[in-house]
Amino acid sequence: MPPVLELRGITKYFPGVLANDAIDLSVEKGKILALLGENGAGKTTLMNILYGLYKPDKGQIFINGEEVSIHDPSDAIARGIGMVHQHFMLIPVMTATENVMLGVEPIRNGIFLDKARVAKRILEISKQYDLEVDPQAYIGDLPVGAQQRVEIIKVLYRQADILILDEPTAVLTPQEVEGLFKVLRSLVANGKSVIFITHKLKEVLAIADTITVLRSGRVVGTVNAKDASQEKLASMMVGREVNLVVRKKPASPGAVVLSVKDLYVRDERKNLTVNGASFDVRAGEVMGVAGVQGNGQTELVYALTGLAPVVSGGISIMDKPVRHSSPRDILERGVAHIPEDRQRHGLILPFPVRDNLVLCTYYQPPFAKGLALQQKVIIEMAGKLVDQFDVRTPSVFVPVSTLSGGNQQKVIVAREFSRPIKLLIASQPTRGLDVGSIEYIHNRIIEKRDEGTAVLLVSPELDEIIALSDRIAVMYKGKIVDILPAAKVKKTFLGLLMAGVKPSEALQEAPATTQETEVERVF
Amino acid sequence: MNAKATQTNPEGSAQKEAPKSEGKRRQVPRFFQVLLVPALAILTGFIIGAIVIAVSNDAVIAAFQNFFHAPSAALAATWKAIATAYGALFSGSIGSFTEIYHGIQSYYATGDGKPFLLAIYPFTESLATVTPYILAGLAVAVGFKCGLFNIGAEGQFGIGALCSAFVGYSIHGLPWFIHLPLALLAGAAGGAIWGAIPGFLKGLTGAHEVVTTIMMNYISFRLSDWLLNGPMKATGYRPLTPVIEKSAMLPRFFPDPQRFNWGFILALAMAVFVYWFLFKTTIGFEIRSVGANPDGARYAGMNIVRNFVIAMTLSGALAGLAGTSQVLGIDHWVGQGFSAGYGFDSIAIALLGQSHPLGVVLAAFLWGTLRSGATRMQSLAGVPLEIISIIQGLVIVFVAAPAIIRWIYRIRAISTQTIVLTRGWGK
Amino acid sequence: MTTNLVQKNEKKTNLRNRLAAGILLLVAGLAIILLFGLNNKPGLYTTFRLTPQGDKNVIPIPDLVLPVQPAIYILAIVAFFVGGWQLARGIRSTGILAGVVAFCFVAAFLIWAARDNSMDLVGMMNTSLVRATPIALAALCGVISERTAVINIGIEGIMLVSALASVMVATLMHNLYAGLIAGMLAGMIVAGLHAILCIKFKVDQIISGVAVNIVGTGATSFISNRYMQVHAEQLNNSGVFPNIPIPLLVKIPILGPVIFENNLIVYLMLILVAVIFVLLFYTRWGLRTRAVGEHPKAADTLGVNVYLTRYVNVILGGLIAGVGGAYFTIGSVGRFDKLMTAGKGFIGLAAMIFGNWNPIGALGSSLIFGFADSLQVKMQILKTPIPSEFLQMAPYIVTIIVMAGVVGGVHAPAADGTAYEKQ
Repeated sequence: MPPVLELRGITKYFPGVLANDAIDLSVEKGKILALLGENGAGKTTLMNILYGLYKPDKGQIFINGEEVSIHDPSDAIARGIGMVHQHFMLIPVMTATENVMLGVEPIRNGIFLDKARVAKRILEISKQYDLEVDPQAYIGDLPVGAQQRVEIIKVLYRQADILILDEPTAVLTPQEVEGLFKVLRSLVANGKSVIFITHKLKEVLAIADTITVLRSGRVVGTVNAKDASQEKLASMMVGREVNLVVRKKPASPGAVVLSVKDLYVRDERKNLTVNGASFDVRAGEVMGVAGVQGNGQTELVYALTGLAPVVSGGISIMDKPVRHSSPRDILERGVAHIPEDRQRHGLILPFPVRDNLVLCTYYQPPFAKGLALQQKVIIEMAGKLVDQFDVRTPSVFVPVSTLSGGNQQKVIVAREFSRPIKLLIASQPTRGLDVGSIEYIHNRIIEKRDEGTAVLLVSPELDEIIALSDRIAVMYKGKIVDILPAAKVKKTFLGLLMAGVKPSEALQEAPATTQETEVERVF
Repeated sequence: MNAKATQTNPEGSAQKEAPKSEGKRRQVPRFFQVLLVPALAILTGFIIGAIVIAVSNDAVIAAFQNFFHAPSAALAATWKAIATAYGALFSGSIGSFTEIYHGIQSYYATGDGKPFLLAIYPFTESLATVTPYILAGLAVAVGFKCGLFNIGAEGQFGIGALCSAFVGYSIHGLPWFIHLPLALLAGAAGGAIWGAIPGFLKGLTGAHEVVTTIMMNYISFRLSDWLLNGPMKATGYRPLTPVIEKSAMLPRFFPDPQRFNWGFILALAMAVFVYWFLFKTTIGFEIRSVGANPDGARYAGMNIVRNFVIAMTLSGALAGLAGTSQVLGIDHWVGQGFSAGYGFDSIAIALLGQSHPLGVVLAAFLWGTLRSGATRMQSLAGVPLEIISIIQGLVIVFVAAPAIIRWIYRIRAISTQTIVLTRGWGK
Repeated sequence: MTTNLVQKNEKKTNLRNRLAAGILLLVAGLAIILLFGLNNKPGLYTTFRLTPQGDKNVIPIPDLVLPVQPAIYILAIVAFFVGGWQLARGIRSTGILAGVVAFCFVAAFLIWAARDNSMDLVGMMNTSLVRATPIALAALCGVISERTAVINIGIEGIMLVSALASVMVATLMHNLYAGLIAGMLAGMIVAGLHAILCIKFKVDQIISGVAVNIVGTGATSFISNRYMQVHAEQLNNSGVFPNIPIPLLVKIPILGPVIFENNLIVYLMLILVAVIFVLLFYTRWGLRTRAVGEHPKAADTLGVNVYLTRYVNVILGGLIAGVGGAYFTIGSVGRFDKLMTAGKGFIGLAAMIFGNWNPIGALGSSLIFGFADSLQVKMQILKTPIPSEFLQMAPYIVTIIVMAGVVGGVHAPAADGTAYEKQ
């Protein structure tokens, strides 16, 4: 019997980049194939080609042994391919039913939408595969896990046989991940095939039947899950031995630099997302904030940096309350901020590198005298920073938008670190970066810590938190549920806390610390 | 998906070794490219304008009804119609070179400057027309730089004109060096207030400036109707203000009827000022940051509301000065419908000049000379003035959509910065 | 304890809002007395006619006669009472508050303005509806275009072109219906150009809209000067759609003469509002339209053709704006004059925003603008001491206030104004 799906020699160029290079891949019926690779290895590109969102430059696609061409998503849907995207393709202001029916709407009385029929079918599917969903609920009101279930129902409603899940666990707690795996197992038991895209080794070993590893757009190899080990997969994925831990001296914490008390913050949709968070960060330590995305970390950082108004509670930096301070006041108190979304907040993309390097200090001497900008000084300083921080750019005059993601991030780091700072707030500082840049930025952060800067690190990557932090605060539903020393913390214990299990109950299920420190990959 | 990161240069590409002169070497074609699209846009606008002129010409249509018998006559009629119209447009805006030559000759021969002055009259008249266009174009350009679309230049122009006229005719007995600056300031202040209101509303409530500035336009029209028929009306039947005092007039370079005046120098000075302000000062840096990425600007500690207000106030002041320069330098009084058309013209100029002060000055030259020649075209060739509006709208389309121009002329695309204004309503 | 703190904070802001709204109401009550309640001679009456004069279709009902001074005091007292209630207890719906204040103020103004005189109230309401027609059509065009995330500020230009096209064709063919169809087609063509610029060439939607306005005004003024005014008899003299009373319905008191005795275009507007409302929220087209406006990528991944949906909607919007354009010529005066749309397209956009991108809401806010417009005409007839220019400003000032006041409370389609880029 031919494989359900086979890709041969798929090649895709983006301007200046070969994203997929002659990729071969095959999926058997009723099996789970894991597509493993680092960020930027070309996994998502490949799946977008399969789903008809991108056009491949070369290559063939076979379904059940028959060659097909897929021009757009409706072709893919017609061939029984369904995709659950990393960023959910759901419309928040519509109900689950409306989202599921979009594109394949049943009609009654000639023109009217038949929502009742769809709702009934949703309940059937949800029963069959154990996917609990309220068809009448608005997507915007649902938690992330439920939104993902709607996405899966959406695919099953279209009677897909091949399901592609793109980084489905990125937004889930370890416990929700278990739930998802259960669903996946029941799917394959019902004869569906699954392609599971991820960069997390453990998950791959837990769920996949076969594993195909991608590295910089090429297939490195395909192995059976039974024969694979974490170490082997890691070296296939990265291609060289990498430093698995960040080397750092023990911290020597000093005075409290940032103190947060009973903080309440609303998000853009006016929901209270930070719900009474309290914690301190001391000079010379890294405080990591662990938590599943969407538990108020973003709003916490916005409130600390003055970008979002505080509903109530106190923030003080170096003993001065800054609750009502503007972003500028906070910057001037010696706070550096590496923002979560570097292109939205951290940079003015059309501006030259030079201007982005003085984005927070352009008005201060020596960069300005009165109203007049001192271009010469700025250019000189920019040149120095570019050298010092190894920013790869043809000159300081090119728009920062022409730089790679890693170099853009280095521009931000260079800018923030070039000021005298007391507190560094780093929000997902390595998101979407390559290994080299990640290592570089991690080392720089530790360097700052050792200089006596207080560091608040927010990241959904548990491994990054564990590797960098001295203490870890776990955030759940806008609250800091527990603060633990990072040295010997057990990942499963953190996972339980992140899922909302109370610390006392979590202790019964898993030990808080281990004797031997786990050697984890950093990314 | 990591396309954003991968689209840009991969790590450690050859660029690292690239010498710094690389950036300079590229600037020549880039500069050329910046000019190429607007130039072709103008050319295309004129070609389509020519077609409209030909099609709307009775003689051409008559000749084409006879096309199969006398094709050359039809083509000749077409050519004649277009040549007459554009010829009149040219001579009305620049003048005749032979007459200028004769003027110079007669000046050297007889010492009489009058023929020369007469010969350059169309050109100086064009320069006089260009003056308010430079200022109004700068007004819109400043808004663009802050990410704001000021469609209200027309209203600000009118209010500025009324304010300066009021100061100009109501105060008597002041020396010119007090009265003239006072009148200029009044005009700028009037426009500034008219522009600041939408700026405030945008910053504080998110009311979209496109709608509010348009509404401010209509309010200013009604206000000026009322003022011109009531409080500010001169004695007589027509709704006009009194003539301003001599001491408030912008001095003219040549004797009457040449209206070319110091307003032109003022406009050029303002262009230099705007350049300095936008590119060499901290406030300009902030305004451009807010325009390019408001979220990033907020992150960097800039006050968005304040920058909206500053940009709209400056924009309004420049538009007000445009009206002022027209009153104090050219008309010396204000009548009904005084500001008509300046709003959209200034948008076209700012777009054509790519929101850069130098570009704006060049675009304003083109626009002013066209407008100035159009009257002559209407009287000599019988082509309605509005043909200019059609050409103008087309030029805007082509400048805003370089893709069309590239598609027509098969030019390869380069990445130039495109203007993005739309951020939805009230965000 | 901490949640209490939050609640306390919330309460504080609520209290502040409540106080502000209450004080505003009291000020409105005071304004009613100060502006309209003083210096009225006692014993004056205002007559509101509820039956149009000389209209044989309508069953006459008696006029509403109000004593000026007491009526104004009562309205002021109502405003005071509501304000006091607001201060003491708080009223949840700001809509109700705004409605009450607006009603009291406007009613007091009307009674004062028409004192010792009579005013054709039904006629004025009818004029409001008629004057709201082009605004509502423009708003409707905006709604279905922006629901797919294409901003169209070129409606003004579209309406000018279709106004000209409809009167020209109607005059040439001696057929008003042909004119209406020509107006629709012209609207579709111009909107189609906007769609191509925005969707295919990815021109900034606002710039494209401005260009459409400039070319639209330029071209229509050109043609008007060159042909329409010169050959007015042959080209620019179509006559207008007559008023058609709807049998039976027209006999309903007040409502009949206001709604059911209008011309084809007014009826068409009302039907379009209802139809578009149903289509938008209860059909496949509507679901897809809304999806494309909220999250085009999601719609695309489900096989909805984003570009096609946008083209269809923008062009359909052009058709509706075309009807609006036809109103100006064959729907009201029977001839074209340059710039005759006088900003109605832009006011329509404000009505669309005020109406929260909902057809019914758009009609409601258009009626407010229509009312302001008809009020100004009536006031000129009644010779109130307020200069007519200031009354003419009213709709524009209302628009600004509405834009500034409601923007926070409305929800634009999430992707509004952004081009969709397919890889």
